[in-house]
Amino acid sequence: MALLEVRDLRVVFQRRGEQGFAAVDGVSFDVEPGQTVGLVGESGCGKSVTSLAIMRLLAKRGNKVSGSVSFEGSDLLKLSDREMRDRRGRDLGMVFQDPLSSLNPVIPIGLQITEVLERHRDMPRKKARIEATELLDKVGIPDPSRRLTEYPHQLSGGMRQRALIAIALACRPRLLIADEPTTALDVTIQAQILALLKDLVQDTGTALIMITHDLGVVAGLCDEVNVLYGGKIVERQERHSLFAEPRHPYTHGLLASIPRLDAGRGEKLVPIRGSVSDNIPWEDGCAFAPRCPNAVAACRESAPELVPERGGLLRCYNPVLPVVAAREGTR
Amino acid sequence: MSAPSAPAQAGEVLLTVDDLKVHFPIKRGVVIDRTVGYVYAVDGVDLSILRGETYGLVGESGCGKSTLGRAILRLTEPTNGSVVFDGTDVAKLKGEALRTGRRRMQMIFQDPMSSLDPRQSVESILVEGMKAHGLDKDKESTNKRLRELLSSVGLPESSLRKYPHEFSGGQRQRIGIARALAVEPDLIVADEPVSALDVSVQAQVVNLLEELQDKLGLTYLVIAHDLAVVRHISDRIGVMYLGSLVEEATADDLYETPLHPYTRALLSAIPVPDPVVEDSREQILLAGDLPSPANPPTGCRFHTRCPWKQDTQCDTDRPVLREIGAGHRVACHFAEDIRDGKIARHEVKAELVGASADLNPDLEPPAAANVGL
Amino acid sequence: MNTLLNKKKEPIDKLAGASAGGRSLAAEAIRRMARSPVAIVGAVITALFVLLAIFAPLLAPKDPFARTMQDKVELGRGIIPGPMPGYPLGVDDFGRDFLSRLLVGAQQTLLVGVVATLIGVAIGMIIGVLAGAFGGWVDTVLMRFVDVLLSVPSLLLAISVAALFANPNQWTVIIAVSIVSVPIFARLLRGAMLAQRDADHVLAATSLGVKRHTVVLRHMLPNSVGPVIVQATLTLATSIIEAAALSFLGLGDPDPSRAEWGLMLGNAAQHFLDIRPELAYYPAIAIIIVALGFTLLGESMREALDPKNRR
Repeated sequence: MALLEVRDLRVVFQRRGEQGFAAVDGVSFDVEPGQTVGLVGESGCGKSVTSLAIMRLLAKRGNKVSGSVSFEGSDLLKLSDREMRDRRGRDLGMVFQDPLSSLNPVIPIGLQITEVLERHRDMPRKKARIEATELLDKVGIPDPSRRLTEYPHQLSGGMRQRALIAIALACRPRLLIADEPTTALDVTIQAQILALLKDLVQDTGTALIMITHDLGVVAGLCDEVNVLYGGKIVERQERHSLFAEPRHPYTHGLLASIPRLDAGRGEKLVPIRGSVSDNIPWEDGCAFAPRCPNAVAACRESAPELVPERGGLLRCYNPVLPVVAAREGTR
Repeated sequence: MSAPSAPAQAGEVLLTVDDLKVHFPIKRGVVIDRTVGYVYAVDGVDLSILRGETYGLVGESGCGKSTLGRAILRLTEPTNGSVVFDGTDVAKLKGEALRTGRRRMQMIFQDPMSSLDPRQSVESILVEGMKAHGLDKDKESTNKRLRELLSSVGLPESSLRKYPHEFSGGQRQRIGIARALAVEPDLIVADEPVSALDVSVQAQVVNLLEELQDKLGLTYLVIAHDLAVVRHISDRIGVMYLGSLVEEATADDLYETPLHPYTRALLSAIPVPDPVVEDSREQILLAGDLPSPANPPTGCRFHTRCPWKQDTQCDTDRPVLREIGAGHRVACHFAEDIRDGKIARHEVKAELVGASADLNPDLEPPAAANVGL
Repeated sequence: MNTLLNKKKEPIDKLAGASAGGRSLAAEAIRRMARSPVAIVGAVITALFVLLAIFAPLLAPKDPFARTMQDKVELGRGIIPGPMPGYPLGVDDFGRDFLSRLLVGAQQTLLVGVVATLIGVAIGMIIGVLAGAFGGWVDTVLMRFVDVLLSVPSLLLAISVAALFANPNQWTVIIAVSIVSVPIFARLLRGAMLAQRDADHVLAATSLGVKRHTVVLRHMLPNSVGPVIVQATLTLATSIIEAAALSFLGLGDPDPSRAEWGLMLGNAAQHFLDIRPELAYYPAIAIIIVALGFTLLGESMREALDPKNRR
């Protein structure tokens, strides 16, 4: 049994008097202990909503969540609020994108860590402070004992993100979800944070779900990658296979359209035509069809299912040919 | 600025920036504000751009690249230095001469939401620049021009009567490009032209910019933090750190033989969508935070985080941008030694700096920076 | 991202947003308001009030100034007759038909509210635009002046200004009330202008070579006006109330024959509240309803114009 088993997760947002919108439309994936799984896609593909749904952090009203999220055997979606609160922090940790708004601006950093330790590990205050200092040191914040009494706004963006990671890992959760943790940071700071995450995850054996739009980040960090589009997973592969031979036209298109640092200047970028809003509903066919260079008649009649493909999964009637994929893939 | 007698030919220098400085005063006070310090956003930059080329300016937040771009266009007032555009020092122009001079240098902004006036129809947006320079006298030709502009950026004619909020981000960016082209500029400064767009749309806009350059013979100054995009689109690249240019070279040279320690760290930090490369390459991780531009380190600005810092010179003398190899400039005392492997990397102790977000000149120029004409 | 599941299979080369198009933000805001119950209630009340004010003289059953029933009133003995046939709301202390006075009073009340608000907006906008567009010492001087005005509680300020005039009349009331709203509009405009000054589209216009005054008038000002409109409707409501308060305190027009709700309320409350209290309640309720109507309208306008609500 995997550590986390997400089965057919659906999240439908509904505003009064309007049609529902399925932000997450039947997503299923597993996370094994110690594994790093990536959820990749652009804005609006449903990746963030997926993580919020798993952590039960969506608003109480205005949405309907269905499916199952089985963590170590129990379905998180069926737990009461109280039981879920116990789980959060202790078994499941989350790191968000914007550290400034994720940290409480009026409480010192130290207190935000000790709070978690006291609640979930029943530590007395003194012991918690020592542990908090160690944690800050482990995430690479210099002079940690001084930092305990400082407020979030006194730290830089990179340091805040480290503090957030410290809070998330304080109780040694078995699963850590990181939602675009480095998107708001400069690239050299991003490199530091990603290296830190990689080390910590390896040291503690924590499983990690990495949510990002940056394929470069995924290439360096994740064992298995899920590509999302329009609320569904369209391709899943082990990372080397995905980049060597992307078979879904969307994945293939994304890789071809991203400028690579090590690519020569003459190579033209091949954009995906249209934009994310040029889609058709999954009931009517494949949501990517309007933009897909490989679209055939079947694509506008019904949505393709996820079928096994080279050890992973693929949702496409007319995938990119292996020869072409290999050419455009890893060079 | 009247039309020059013989416009610079392709390959000639179109823009020269000489010792440009932009210092924002930091004011505090209860009733009357006093100046208590400065944010050294741009602290002495020299560069030249040739006609028809694309010059890429990269750096992280706080390096001053956006401020430099705006200072060149006089959207922010330079504190010092000169900006010579096709023979005329733009930094010294005033009044009407400045206003008419603006025509030849235009800007494309980062945020497609805020760079278009939500109350203006697309037609009004495109015509406005033309009106300001008297290019819209004949209704017939104006309409023709509008249609041309729209088609050259890939938008349908029906866009004219619509409003910005009816378009997607990528489309709005195209409108912004069309607006800049409407006055027939020579130089376009693109400030993070694609970073606010979805990944799949970025390539469209990048390709469009390249096409337009070929078609119209434009000169670009592209300011971005994404080195991969900049490498793809630029002929030459300048790397900025804390208000100064630390390295400048052709795009290929910069990637193949980066000489400045910061450039090397920057290149190694950029994620590459290729697991084989990611697994095998060596990472140079910088320690700690960016120093505050209000309180830059002495000597070489980078010495507090430099893995190759030496005991002499680095913290006392500010290195000058000097030429090492053809067309390759570096501001480092020990660039040759590092290149030849004579100096080894060492560990750097991270120095913590307070949050510098509110002093970041690229994000929020303090209110003291006024919009002059 | 376009979030509605559309049932149409759009052909691939149709760009997003390729509707007939051309709907400006104002039009969209109005559409949004048309769907909000709060807006509709506010608009209906406001419209009724305005129509009433315009057509009051035609609607009033009797002449509001004719003291037709004066002989029935004996203040000394504490007698004011109540509702009678032909006088559904009774008469006031001079025997005038109260219903007619109430209806005609709408005119005067609206006048006071509108004029006071307009003056406040006009002066406030000039100050705010100058401060915001020029900055520097102009800004400092103007804003310190505004701060002084703001530091006095509004009613107190109105009273102080009204008391300055030797001969209180309708216009002194209007001026006093408008001065109270000047600092509000000044700050509103200045804040909006400052925000606009750094906006990318303003920089873009400048870099295109558009003249400075055109940039201010065509780009900065129109985008600052939204909050002003909202505030103006709310100020209308409070102006009416403040004018009523001034009349109530005896700082308004001393002529009791004028039909204006605040005046009527003040008069009744001071002189014959114990005899026939309804004559105070009716104008009070009328003021409350109208103020409510404007407030609802203003609030729903603010919601409609809020960019976060835009889809």
